[in-house]
Amino acid sequence: MSKRLFVKGNEAAAMGAVEAGCRYYFGYPITPQSDIPEYLSRELPPLNGEFIQAESEIGAINMLLGASATGARAMTSSSSPGISLKQEGISYMAGAELPGVIINISRSGPGLGGIDASQSDYFQCVKGGGHGGYHIPVLAPNSVQEMYDLTMHAFDLADLYRTPVMLLGDSVIGQMKEALIPNPRPVRELPAKGWAVRGKSGAEQRVVKSLFLGDGELEAHNWHLHAKYQVMKEKECISEEYETADARLIVAGFGSVSRIAHTAVTMARAEGMKVGLFRPVTLFPFPEQALAQAAARAGKVLVVELNTGQMVEDVRLSVGAAAQVSFYGRPPGAGSLPSPEELLEVIRKNYEETAR
Amino acid sequence: MRKDVLIAGFGGQGVLLAGNLLSYAAIDEGKNVSYFPAYGVEKRGGSATCTVVIADGAVGSPVVGQPSVLVVLNQASLERFGARVRPGGVLIVNSSLVDVSALGRTDIEIVSVPMNEIATDLGDPRMVNMVALGAYVALTDAVKLPSLAAALSQALPERNHKFIPANVKAIETGAEAARAKKEA
Amino acid sequence: MQQVFKRPQSLKDVQTHFCPGCHHGTIHRLVADAMDLYGVQDRTIGVASVGCSVFLYGYFDIDVVEAPHGRAPAVATGVKRARPDSFVFTYQGDGDLAAIGTAEIIHAANRGEDITVVFVNNTTYGMTGGQMAPTTLVGQKTSTSPYGRDKSKDGSPIRMAELMAQLGGVAYSARVAVDSPKHVLEAKKVMREAFGYQAQGKGFSFVEVLSACPTNWGMNPLKANARIGEEMIPYFPLGVFKKEEA
Repeated sequence: MSKRLFVKGNEAAAMGAVEAGCRYYFGYPITPQSDIPEYLSRELPPLNGEFIQAESEIGAINMLLGASATGARAMTSSSSPGISLKQEGISYMAGAELPGVIINISRSGPGLGGIDASQSDYFQCVKGGGHGGYHIPVLAPNSVQEMYDLTMHAFDLADLYRTPVMLLGDSVIGQMKEALIPNPRPVRELPAKGWAVRGKSGAEQRVVKSLFLGDGELEAHNWHLHAKYQVMKEKECISEEYETADARLIVAGFGSVSRIAHTAVTMARAEGMKVGLFRPVTLFPFPEQALAQAAARAGKVLVVELNTGQMVEDVRLSVGAAAQVSFYGRPPGAGSLPSPEELLEVIRKNYEETAR
Repeated sequence: MRKDVLIAGFGGQGVLLAGNLLSYAAIDEGKNVSYFPAYGVEKRGGSATCTVVIADGAVGSPVVGQPSVLVVLNQASLERFGARVRPGGVLIVNSSLVDVSALGRTDIEIVSVPMNEIATDLGDPRMVNMVALGAYVALTDAVKLPSLAAALSQALPERNHKFIPANVKAIETGAEAARAKKEA
Repeated sequence: MQQVFKRPQSLKDVQTHFCPGCHHGTIHRLVADAMDLYGVQDRTIGVASVGCSVFLYGYFDIDVVEAPHGRAPAVATGVKRARPDSFVFTYQGDGDLAAIGTAEIIHAANRGEDITVVFVNNTTYGMTGGQMAPTTLVGQKTSTSPYGRDKSKDGSPIRMAELMAQLGGVAYSARVAVDSPKHVLEAKKVMREAFGYQAQGKGFSFVEVLSACPTNWGMNPLKANARIGEEMIPYFPLGVFKKEEA
């Protein structure tokens, strides 16, 4: 076993990127993710990589687009308002089927908002965000170890499906420190990048583009992208369950709030309540089937989010009429992070309603 | 085993370093740990808090609503967090700067240690965080004292390694002071 | 028999879609000529922008990346940094480079990215139908300046080649025109010089080309050609504004 390090979530993501072979990073400072560019500005140059502090988030995402077009593994990171600016480039990358990893250590909004932990970017990340009909895989780590592991996974997904991939965290996951075992990059068979520009070298011309003007061309392209998203839904869903087997109530939450809910569920079990936790790790593709099965067994799902209700829409779509869905939200702001004790209270109330 | 502590003070008192050091020591002992800092937007003088959870199994929530132990280094932190200590829990107070008389909690154990005086007597008032950590560990056995001493080289930047012996002394003195208070 | 004229190797043997009298075809040829001169076709990656020149890959026989509107210099930065052995140029219009993409061009230039930027200034947004551009001349009527560009409200046309010359990272900045055989020959020399800077790894090079858009100017090709000399060159003087010695 490798040595256990003690690092911040943000640093773990940066370390995961380096281990995954990412040598190109483009970013712009914004709290609470600046540890990522700071780490990579130090670590990439000795590895013959490139770090650029771009003129803006827009500049950064387009540098990522350019580097990625050459077939290189590349990354950018930001926080919510910066991700809004990157959405243009993400749409172009989705359209041109370019891989790339974007880390969003989200903060509170709307507008300048604040720097507190927030999950209000669920819609922005999971539902497209930029223009045009596309999706990108969105991964929601809930520990420092996962910041590392899922960043590596993000690079593999990006190459496998030729798509930008987003890692969605917040200041709890980004700023907290935990033990990290820096496992080596997993071995996964990935397709050759026969599409990457490299200078013709006497061979066929290669063009990376998202403009399709021929009759029926763009429609076919959209169906092609759609088919890719269907494959992701079949193959790439990841979720985690805790004490769901006999649960009468399932608490559902992602990222930071799933950690708080985990302790609340443990406390509820200690009081004799049959409560479990369902945690989507992939937000797109959303683990619809796994959730639907757990929810049907329990009969009721309590969705907890650090916003006024976003993922709850996907939960409702997933469980349909098989289970009742209720929601508890704490929109972000100073002092708004719920404690396990607070969630226990909410669980108790929902559990009693179930028992009735 | 699952232990949690909220350490609170103002920026510059070394709250975050204390939490880091405790975490390093627990990791070296093979435990699972989460360290969750929270601080104001300002770089100096604002409030600084951190929550450390140490567990044999899953850490669970890095956020703790009712800490079993609260360490307060200044008055504002007592006023902000004093009511949140879990009933039956422990409040460790820096009595050099904090007056606990108005708190009105009889359901918790309160241990007062004059941390600034102790640190100043040892030659450096900046070591108040080490005194506090020594007191915490003596009262809770969250980690072993030698683990803290051994972890100093990881928690402190290289340029401050020359202060390690003084810090070890501060940790030990804080621990003795807390034990003496508890026995008294 | 001596061959006096042929298609540059870097250009494909196809007809362009450009309007009659449009100068994009001429400028494409000048770019291809420079590529051929340095023998870099096989390692060139062109970055296309949004505008009439978006179909770069249809005419140049090279690898191409298409950039979002205005972002070509940032895309080119990513390409060049990831493949420093490649030869990278952007080809951008005035709306793309001097309005929506101002931040990207200024900062790519200021970083001294080892790329070449070809900037086509025709004082209007061509593809969207002749709206006012950042380079539209004062008094010039366009579809969004129907009373003529008003300096007090719309500001003055931006002189990009001069602006570029002020930036520390720029090795070469020049303005040329393609309205006469003489000017085309001068432009050819300048284009070769600009590409030469990159071929020798000497840093960022910038060429502004004054060109005609007869369709959106509402002129026939001859009158449009004449306008360049009569109206544009007096405001946008030709010349080399910066030329760093090796």
